[in-house]
Amino acid sequence: MTAEIVLQIFRFGFLLLLWLFIFAAFRVVRADLFGGRAGRVASVPPRAAAPGRKKTRGAAKTLVVTAGPLTGTKITLGDQPILIGRADDSTLVLTDDFASSRHARLTNRGGQWYVEDLGSTNGTYLDQQRVQGPLLVAPGQPIRIGQTALELRS
Amino acid sequence: MTSGPTTDPRAAAPGTATPPRRRNTELALLGFAVLITLVAQAIVDLTVTGSLTTELATFGLWITALWTVAHLVVRRWAPYADPLLLPAVALLVGLGLSFIHRLDLAAQQAGSTASREDAPVQLVWATLGLVLFVGVLLVLRDHRLLSRFAYTLALVGLVLLAIPAVLPSSLSEVNGAKIWIRVAGFSIQPGEFAKICLTVFFAAYLVDKRDVLALASRRVMGLELPRGRDLGPVLVAWMLSILVLVFERDLGSSLLLFGIFVVMLYVATERASWLLIGLGLFAGGALVAYQLFGHVQQRVDSWLDPFAYYDGSGFQVAQALFGLGTGGLFGAGLGGGRPDQVPVAKSDFIAAAVGEELGLFGLVAVIIVYLVLVERGLRTSLICRDAFGKLLAAGLSFAIAWQVFVVLGGVTGLLPLTGLTTPFLAYGGSSLVANFVLVAVLVRISDAARRPAAPSGPPKPALGDAPTEVVQT
Repeated sequence: MTAEIVLQIFRFGFLLLLWLFIFAAFRVVRADLFGGRAGRVASVPPRAAAPGRKKTRGAAKTLVVTAGPLTGTKITLGDQPILIGRADDSTLVLTDDFASSRHARLTNRGGQWYVEDLGSTNGTYLDQQRVQGPLLVAPGQPIRIGQTALELRS
Repeated sequence: MTSGPTTDPRAAAPGTATPPRRRNTELALLGFAVLITLVAQAIVDLTVTGSLTTELATFGLWITALWTVAHLVVRRWAPYADPLLLPAVALLVGLGLSFIHRLDLAAQQAGSTASREDAPVQLVWATLGLVLFVGVLLVLRDHRLLSRFAYTLALVGLVLLAIPAVLPSSLSEVNGAKIWIRVAGFSIQPGEFAKICLTVFFAAYLVDKRDVLALASRRVMGLELPRGRDLGPVLVAWMLSILVLVFERDLGSSLLLFGIFVVMLYVATERASWLLIGLGLFAGGALVAYQLFGHVQQRVDSWLDPFAYYDGSGFQVAQALFGLGTGGLFGAGLGGGRPDQVPVAKSDFIAAAVGEELGLFGLVAVIIVYLVLVERGLRTSLICRDAFGKLLAAGLSFAIAWQVFVVLGGVTGLLPLTGLTTPFLAYGGSSLVANFVLVAVLVRISDAARRPAAPSGPPKPALGDAPTEVVQT
């Protein structure tokens, strides 16, 4: 009788021990996911949407690449949206491992340009802030895609 | 170095504080794993023989020393390594040892004449594996070094793979599969080592060629198809696995190698079309193999209906299914089942023994431990800064995952039997030692990936200039 109870304790106790190990391992995974890296991302202070630089008003006329392999490239802005990515049919074709094939889009709505991330892997950043929905881009505000930085000039 | 690290090194660590090394976490979890191992051994002894032996103390000391050494070496020579890789391996090896010991006891009780104890042998293999683990960590200070020897390693891998095929059957054949080298009482399975060599080669090769493989393509029916001439490498890999299948009658290695290559191709190029091409080639190869080879037909038949072939080729799977069924949800308890009823339970069918004695809950726990191991490997791949390390870590982790899937699929009747071994758990020296080497490479890559960027880099770029951070979603 007692032997039977001991066996049952062994049986379930061991399973419990196994799952406790998994629980401990998952805690480490969790700490790694939300402790270390998340903290680091959050530690980059999001600058509050670039308060009025000198040339905020006045429609932007060109898109200039200010950093990355394509530095110096200028694109004259019209009404058409600008597609940025590694795909060959993009308006601005990037050769960058961090860029997705369709990475981001700039659209003109009523004379103002909005940047939109097209579900890229590594994200689009407007002035340190990760672009989630469409964001208004002020001239002079850096847009970063992988190693490339762009800005609007009027 | 024509196309070495393509990643901007600055993108690595913009944070100022050094990331935690987490070595103490590793130590605690290793202690936990050793504890579970010892508890398992004690329960087995108590349940089967009714008493504890002094061997348990020896075993406990040995296994504790083993993992202490591993931990100290990692602490000293790979201080930023992932804290979960080693404990997961420790638990799997420990559970494997306990189950092999348990099957040894069962064989003794059945009064088997060939009462060679396999658990001590496996412990010796584990020790040898650990020696190699330490050796790899000491010699290989930077995983990128491996990419320089990529073609050499490819040659070594191919030779290892080919040796059993050319050796006479008396030296290379066990139970119908010609995958061994048997010399002077020793038998090793070179395919396990070939797996690692070829994965290193695949990674280095694909880092070189991925742009061509990813970009040059035609769009056919909404699918980006590669150019004909770029199909070369995948066809070569396919031919290779077919050759393994033909000359060594080894379904497992064949499937393993081809799977690793196709998935690494996919990871390198981000093109789903490669997966479809791989799947197509696999389906074609499988169909032809089924038509041509009797042993493949036999495997498939006994997979489709093991009970129809209960007296022959289906016996093993059928017994395993009975075992799993007996185990039920919570198992029969360690030492409480009859896992020795399954032929070769120690090596090929150890998962059936786990399922019978620990039940579904235990088997799932073991699978989750594998999952943790693979997850840490893939995570290493995600945060690694150089393309070669990324691909290598992804390939090695996938190799583990794929092998576990194929083996467990075979044992539970989901897939035809393949004859691969359950990594770390199953009895078998080559497999254990090779997988120790594999984990050593993963530990080395994860150390490099988690290590903060060298302080010689630009201290902190101006705010507007700061690189965007790579965030995995």
